[in-house]
Amino acid sequence: MTGENVVNIQQKKWVVSSGSHITHPMDTPQIMQQVIIALLPACAMAVYVFGVDALRVIAFAVVSAMVIEGAIQKFLMAAPITLSDRSAALTGLLLGLNLPASSPWWMICIGSLIAIGIGKMAYGGLGQNPFNPALVGRVALLVGFPALMTDWSVTGGYLGDLYKRLAPETMTAATPLGFVKSYTGTSLGADAVAYLNSFSFDVKSLFIGTSPGSIGEVSELALLIGGLYLLYRGIANWEIPASYIGTVAVIAAAAYLANPAGFLLPHYHIVSGGLFLGAFFMATDLVTSPMTFRGRVIFGIGCGAITMLIRLFGGYPEGVSFAILIMNALSPLIDRTVKPARFGV
Amino acid sequence: MSLFDMKTFSMGGIHVDDRKFTHASPIEPMPVPKEIVLPVSQHIGAPAKPLVKKGDAVKAGQIIAEKAGMISANIISSVSGTVRAVENRQGPGGFHLLSIVIDNDGRDEWIAAPTSTAPSPDVVAKTDVSGIVAAVEKAGIVGMGGATFPTSVKLSPPPGTVIDTVILNGVECEPYLTADARIMIEHADRIAAGLALVMKHFSKNGPVKGYIGIEANKPDAIEVLSRIAPTYGDIAVVPLALKYPQGGEKQLINALTGRSVPSGKLPSTVGCVVQNVATAAAIYDAVVDGRPLVDRVVTVTGGGVKNRKNLLVRLGTSFASVLEHCGGVTDDSAMLISGGPMMGKALNSATVPVTKGVSGILVLNEDEANLYDEQPCIRCGRCVEVCPMGLHPALLARNLEIGDYAKLEELGILDCIECGSCNYICAGHNHLVQSIRLGKIRVNELIRERNKKAEKK
Repeated sequence: MTGENVVNIQQKKWVVSSGSHITHPMDTPQIMQQVIIALLPACAMAVYVFGVDALRVIAFAVVSAMVIEGAIQKFLMAAPITLSDRSAALTGLLLGLNLPASSPWWMICIGSLIAIGIGKMAYGGLGQNPFNPALVGRVALLVGFPALMTDWSVTGGYLGDLYKRLAPETMTAATPLGFVKSYTGTSLGADAVAYLNSFSFDVKSLFIGTSPGSIGEVSELALLIGGLYLLYRGIANWEIPASYIGTVAVIAAAAYLANPAGFLLPHYHIVSGGLFLGAFFMATDLVTSPMTFRGRVIFGIGCGAITMLIRLFGGYPEGVSFAILIMNALSPLIDRTVKPARFGV
Repeated sequence: MSLFDMKTFSMGGIHVDDRKFTHASPIEPMPVPKEIVLPVSQHIGAPAKPLVKKGDAVKAGQIIAEKAGMISANIISSVSGTVRAVENRQGPGGFHLLSIVIDNDGRDEWIAAPTSTAPSPDVVAKTDVSGIVAAVEKAGIVGMGGATFPTSVKLSPPPGTVIDTVILNGVECEPYLTADARIMIEHADRIAAGLALVMKHFSKNGPVKGYIGIEANKPDAIEVLSRIAPTYGDIAVVPLALKYPQGGEKQLINALTGRSVPSGKLPSTVGCVVQNVATAAAIYDAVVDGRPLVDRVVTVTGGGVKNRKNLLVRLGTSFASVLEHCGGVTDDSAMLISGGPMMGKALNSATVPVTKGVSGILVLNEDEANLYDEQPCIRCGRCVEVCPMGLHPALLARNLEIGDYAKLEELGILDCIECGSCNYICAGHNHLVQSIRLGKIRVNELIRERNKKAEKK
């Protein structure tokens, strides 16, 4: 018995590597999975508000993103297929949540192709891309298909039922930000602002999500639940969402106080549009945001400032995607400049 | 004291499952094997110079290789017997080292039989500490926590340095290891007396405060030392919150005193000396009983070991015979590590000896060991968050890759204590410590070249 053991121990082949020899279980595939789980409340609200169309958009986006990434790795890069890291699925899901319920299937596929192909794989794949791939896809579609990307018509779900009663001819309504922007510069601009500012009950429906918009951005409540889940699991950082939303709130309040007739109430800016989806799930993308605490705060403030600049003075009603992409471009610079505080220095 | 008012260090750190399986296992002496292998380099600094040759008879406690240079340490025979060879053998750091191989005659004859004085405050009061540095040097004592810095050098700080704080490191923040915990529980008196002797040695320049820092997962050790240590003088036993790498010298000083050792400086610059608890016990043995360092407590643990134990092992005993004594290894055992899972060295062979710095023999099974392939860095920044030295591990690895060694120096790579926190937390299982070690070598080359050029001018 003992003899056998000596042979065993002396001849055994041991794995040799540099320490640490144990590792934290929360690795890349786990992180991606947790973010996907955190987006499930938003997906559920999307299906409730937009009906089965939302499910169709999400399914097309996720499947096309995974197929495209797998195909690029197999045929173009001759690299191992790494779909099991779940990053392609997450990019597809985020892209889908950033699209209107009425998106045609071919547009979704083009979006996935641009997001994965140009936004991610062209740079070398996971971890190498400077820009958030889902936003690259979304913005490309927004520029390429402006009408389809702002077609908020709905046939099913809660909103479909609502429109059947209220707007049966068009089956659509404008988003608050789009509504105001469409009158900006005309004689009716102030009236549009006054109209929206006159009833605040809409803020509640905007927060819960029974309002028009991209399928994943409408319910701030669902996004908040998902965001808090990520914070609780220690995956997302709080500094980006807090500094981003905080900056939007401060600038919106300042604008409103300076000119109540010209600008929307700050609540609208916080609970409508893509702010929560952007702040909790897009700006916090690990690959494309800074790596230090102070860097992330700067990043969030920058996102908030650019978002409000576009919303208040720009040509587009919404600025979240552009703001995050611009700050993505600045991330390497922020990481170069803002260093962690060293011990004993 | 609640978890939240417990002291800890200020920057970074990780929370890791401590897996102290052997905490309740008393120290057992292990039978001494037939063959003893003693490398002449069991410490940081110059290798010792062998004093024996093949065929010489040696006794236990005999100096068989002597300190060579300022930073070096004596090597003591741990058995009586005959020198079979003086040759290169693989050491527990993985490298081949000149080693003295002794055939143990099993008679355990000592060159000078050590006394065995029961420790007490009285004994400390009566002991003349003027010879402490010589006694510690003669006994071959080095830091037993794993760093193996010669203790006699630590006890002789540069002239003009005032040491007002002596800290004993009972943190044992490495998961799995329980050697220090068992020594504290079973030999609290020797530890406290050893600390008191060191404090007495430094007290010629003014009052000296003693601390024993122990993490809160060792309540029994905290209890017994809190009772005993204060009877030996101005000694505070401080429970510390569980956080790795609290046992790092700079981290422990920071946790206990709030002082920060400046980058590139030694603890003596902030008036502190830190010793491991096992080292303190060895100092007591050497100074009071004339007993040199011939054995040490080793935790044999991990999911790959059949019977996990805390063993008192004669130095020079091979890992293989220790593992055999513990019933062998399991079929799914994957990694053999000298030390703990965070900073220990993975070995390719068990035919290496237990030396002065080996606190654990750890065998990780396939479920425990990090056997993942490296995946891309997703820039999550967790390595930055956990670094106790405030470094940017991912950026260091990146700059090594592109060969910008000047940038590595600027980013403070030489401050890295190689604790492995970044490596542990990395979502992509990147071997960050390996990159940083390589980077340090490159930066040191850079500095040497620069110094050479400066000399020429």
